[in-house]
Amino acid sequence: MNDNLIWVIIGMGIVTYIPRMLPLVLFHTNNLHPRVQGILKNVPFAILGALIFPGVLTISPDSVLYGVIGAAAAFIAAWLNLNVIMVVLTSILVLYGYTFL
Amino acid sequence: MLPSPALPREQTPAFWKKGLQAGLPIAIGYMPVAFTFGLLAKAAGLSLFETVGMSIIVFAGASQYIALSMIAAASGAAELILTTFIMNIRHLLMTASLKEQAEDEPKWLKAIYAFFITDETFSVAATSQEKKINGSYLLGLGLVAYSCWVIFSGIGYVMGSGLPESLQASMGIALYAMFIALLVPAAKKSRKVIALAGCAAVLNSLFSFIPVLSGGWGIILSTLIAAVSIEFFVKGDERNE
Repeated sequence: MNDNLIWVIIGMGIVTYIPRMLPLVLFHTNNLHPRVQGILKNVPFAILGALIFPGVLTISPDSVLYGVIGAAAAFIAAWLNLNVIMVVLTSILVLYGYTFL
Repeated sequence: MLPSPALPREQTPAFWKKGLQAGLPIAIGYMPVAFTFGLLAKAAGLSLFETVGMSIIVFAGASQYIALSMIAAASGAAELILTTFIMNIRHLLMTASLKEQAEDEPKWLKAIYAFFITDETFSVAATSQEKKINGSYLLGLGLVAYSCWVIFSGIGYVMGSGLPESLQASMGIALYAMFIALLVPAAKKSRKVIALAGCAAVLNSLFSFIPVLSGGWGIILSTLIAAVSIEFFVKGDERNE
């Protein structure tokens, strides 16, 4: 299969690109029903929830606590209105410190 | 929040810079993920060309990891491409949602920035304070994330050995920390946001126990159910936008 792997990769690229591009380029949806518009506006926040859980609990294969500590650090930092990059760095540092405990 | 007045055309470069800046947390988060991808690709027997090529052409983390394990298991081409498709159908939801926020710009420009839509770039763009998102912002954002992804795939392959384990493990929190940082400010202002994220989080956690849904479908289903049901339940909720 290695001979045609690059073709497989190109195929993967095409099927990945299509769902990214279609709604933006092809759909003519300037007069969507308000309900549908509302649902689409809900998507970012719903998807954030689904992206965080359960994934964050499994960042360490042997300890759920590890992910919980990292998430808690990020939550507190974000609650204190630190900007995104500081939240990211804080949680990395907290976990890095925790590994030496 | 007061509605911001339309910005004059000369300020377009600022959008570009804003995009670059907003992409930095993504770049930090992608570093260890791309690096590890490079490592694993080498272990799976890919060439450097194929490894970096996959990151250049596909640019989708989870499905690239899955592709590696399928290549190692000698799966067929059709199976691999179909799995990639299923993993990445969720981008439909994201770009459909993004379209509502995107400025009216030429289709070729949209076709270009569409390529850079990932879970992470979408989340950053969709929660940004900008009233309308334009191509300049999205390209800046996308290029930071993309170049980091591609370059660190290559570095991981060439270095051939892992980052120090403690650093690797702690950097694994980066993307999740970013998602949390994007969610919390919105959640502080709106109960609806809490309901949306909470509902999808619980559903996706439940779905993770169902093998068929553990791939891309779980995220799609939980997002859709949360977005639709809360739209109908929280009918009278005035949104402060």
